[in-house]
Amino acid sequence: MSNVLYDLPGPKARLRNRLLGGVSIIGIVALLAYIVMRFNDTGQFDSIKWQQFEYAAIQQQLVDGYLTTLRAAGTAAVLALVLGTLLAAARLSDHAYFRAPASFLVELFRAIPLLVLIFFAYYGPIQLGYKVGPFWPLVIGLTIYNGAVLAEIFRAGILAVARGQSEAAYALGMRKTQVMSLILLPQAVRAMLPAIVSQLVVLLKDTALGFIIQLPELLYVGKQIGGRLPFGLPYVPSYLVVAAIYITTCGLLSWLAFWLQKRLTRGRRRKTTVDTVPVLETGAGTGSAPNA
Amino acid sequence: MNEFLHVLTDNWDVIGSHFLATIELFLIAGVCSLVLGTLLTAMRVSPVPALRGFGTGYVLLLRNCPLTLVFALLVFAVPKLDVNLDYFPSACVALTAYTSAFVCEALRSGINTVPVGQAEAARALGMTFTQVLGNVVLPQAFRTVVPPMISVFNAMLKNTTIAAGFSVAEAGAIQAYLSERGENQIYVLLWVTIGFLILVAPLVVTQRMLERRWGVAR
Amino acid sequence: MRITRIVAMTAAVATLSLGLAACGKEGTPTPETPAGSGAAPQAASDACTSSGTSFAPASGVAIAGSPTFEKIKSAGKVVIGVKFDQPNLGYKDASGKRCGFDIEIAQLIASKLGVDPAKIEYKEIASANRETAIKGGEVDYYVGTYSITEKRKADVSFAGPYFVAAQDLLVRKDDTSITGSSSLQGKKVCSATGSTPIQRVRDQKLTDAGNIVEFKTYSECVSQLIDKKVDAVTTDDAILKGYAAQNQSLLKVVGSPFTDPATGRPYPEKYGIGLAHDDKALRDFVNAALEKAEQDGTWQKIYDGTLGKSGSAATAPALEKY
Repeated sequence: MSNVLYDLPGPKARLRNRLLGGVSIIGIVALLAYIVMRFNDTGQFDSIKWQQFEYAAIQQQLVDGYLTTLRAAGTAAVLALVLGTLLAAARLSDHAYFRAPASFLVELFRAIPLLVLIFFAYYGPIQLGYKVGPFWPLVIGLTIYNGAVLAEIFRAGILAVARGQSEAAYALGMRKTQVMSLILLPQAVRAMLPAIVSQLVVLLKDTALGFIIQLPELLYVGKQIGGRLPFGLPYVPSYLVVAAIYITTCGLLSWLAFWLQKRLTRGRRRKTTVDTVPVLETGAGTGSAPNA
Repeated sequence: MNEFLHVLTDNWDVIGSHFLATIELFLIAGVCSLVLGTLLTAMRVSPVPALRGFGTGYVLLLRNCPLTLVFALLVFAVPKLDVNLDYFPSACVALTAYTSAFVCEALRSGINTVPVGQAEAARALGMTFTQVLGNVVLPQAFRTVVPPMISVFNAMLKNTTIAAGFSVAEAGAIQAYLSERGENQIYVLLWVTIGFLILVAPLVVTQRMLERRWGVAR
Repeated sequence: MRITRIVAMTAAVATLSLGLAACGKEGTPTPETPAGSGAAPQAASDACTSSGTSFAPASGVAIAGSPTFEKIKSAGKVVIGVKFDQPNLGYKDASGKRCGFDIEIAQLIASKLGVDPAKIEYKEIASANRETAIKGGEVDYYVGTYSITEKRKADVSFAGPYFVAAQDLLVRKDDTSITGSSSLQGKKVCSATGSTPIQRVRDQKLTDAGNIVEFKTYSECVSQLIDKKVDAVTTDDAILKGYAAQNQSLLKVVGSPFTDPATGRPYPEKYGIGLAHDDKALRDFVNAALEKAEQDGTWQKIYDGTLGKSGSAATAPALEKY
């Protein structure tokens, strides 16, 4: 297929491509083989390092860690969606005394690193003398950060709806709330859904920061399993297993975002009234589904 | 207020040097991830299926892996591969590997927004590959690419704090260091926040300005 | 068509995971080194064994004027901060059982407070967060190689000491270049963030600032030591001996404690029980309980059954009450 960068390949180009293909396959296989061999030489595939995983107790710990991760991510996701809605509504308001503080807050929360937000939520209350565990500071940090990003996504989604829609609605005499809830939101939600799901994938990955404040989530459990000297300090097997779990979960969610986008733009031969919301921020890792 | 200022002045050696390390980390990882990201994009859009597969696989793996885990694998798994990296270079490599996946995505979506007709017309006029790229494709792609790219680097600047958990003396480690010295935690965190706001501000301002000027109407 | 594919995939994944779960072996994982595996280190057992001391909860305990005790009594359980990766001190084995000298001291205090040791809730707190955990009320008290220092007394209070250790170095077995604190120049030294040993190395400039490596847990330091990314792990010798005992073919403790040049004696790392800063009533109670344990032989029995297994004898230290 001809595309932006190169035209249909002729015979010389085809030969060249095939040569390049062969060389690169050899290169990639060699790299992977080297990695596997080195791991084998240093004993990463020794049965003793993988022994812990056979046992129900360890499997249970992994499951518990995974569930804690999901719980933190789920709670933070719900709260972030609520916060995002509130901030977006304030930013879209006609009244400057809602708009200005909301804009300031959104910009502020997006500029602070997530780790610093978590530290604020963890060490702050303790400095003031309140009791706090590791779960809620992580959730609060995630909520604040992702709430600000979601607010931006919501705002962009609402603004992406074609102006004619809202103009027609106002012309019919609808008030602002009616316009928003009856006309704009339903159309905007369709456009925003992939971006929202992508941001939730980011949120799930960021729960891994919980290990710094000793929340027993998946990465923390992986560290514990890896830190057992009698089993040969199996950090590598442990982290590989944890990585597999994260990649599968996040991969499924990302694929869901991609599928949503495909589904929502399927069958739209005419120019739609809404384009899907472009990737606004590749935060600590947003999935960016390609622009339609 | 006095105590608040004192936290900065008394500990300037720690705060200053750690933020300097953050800036170093950001610049090195930034440049490297740009290079690696461009390479990955070239692989992903190339006519060779093997390279396309590798590029796609790399981006898929690294986009769905938490950055913390990438750091952990680099510090604990890579030494087994006979590659002995110090902690600061390890952090650079981890950030580069992770961010380059997002750079690749941003570049790729930028290239995809240029209509094929533009390139076909340019080729029909007899332009060479470099001329097509330099005069027609890249200038149009640039406008779509730059604001998301700034977002990516904004995020990377904030992600440098994760290196603190892996023995790199940068801004994220300030809180632990100064709590050993017994300083008030909230003041310390406020100063760290202010530091990051100063670092992030130029990026955000540039991004907003460019978005407004180059808002592409389709 | 696609829906059925998705359903099929999910079903496959679900059955796989169920199958794996059913394959989970019961019981405590014990490392079994297969015969003839040269690369695998000789491993000591990971399974937890206790000293055999019984901790019957006391009845009718009343401590006047202790807010922490009121909290414990009304909750019916006690929350204790502990470590999880220090063999023979505060260790959690692969099946989740906890054992070690610190753990058993914690259980002793709990039983004296009238709480059944089975009702203890353990919280794993890293070295750097101990003061915040106690101040914030996240734990009722902390027993985990918690060294008593004047600086920490500004945030928390201590009962004890119940053990005195010294700072030492853990190195690779074949490394003969490090013989003590004076031979660390140019070497990479690793320890846990927020521990007193690493502060001492930093304050006394025993090696360059760039050579100081800090991680959250000691096991990560040990891993880096084995990988030759650091040259020494420094902390209390009690902790180091536990690691060396678990892997005698790869690790050794240097055996020359850091000495205070002023007194000529090793810097003492006095382990205390971390308590809330203003809770004097509880502090006195715990000190009294420790004193009794030291006098009636319980302390010795606990020690011999846990830390004593790492190889050194010890006697109970004198308590510092304040």
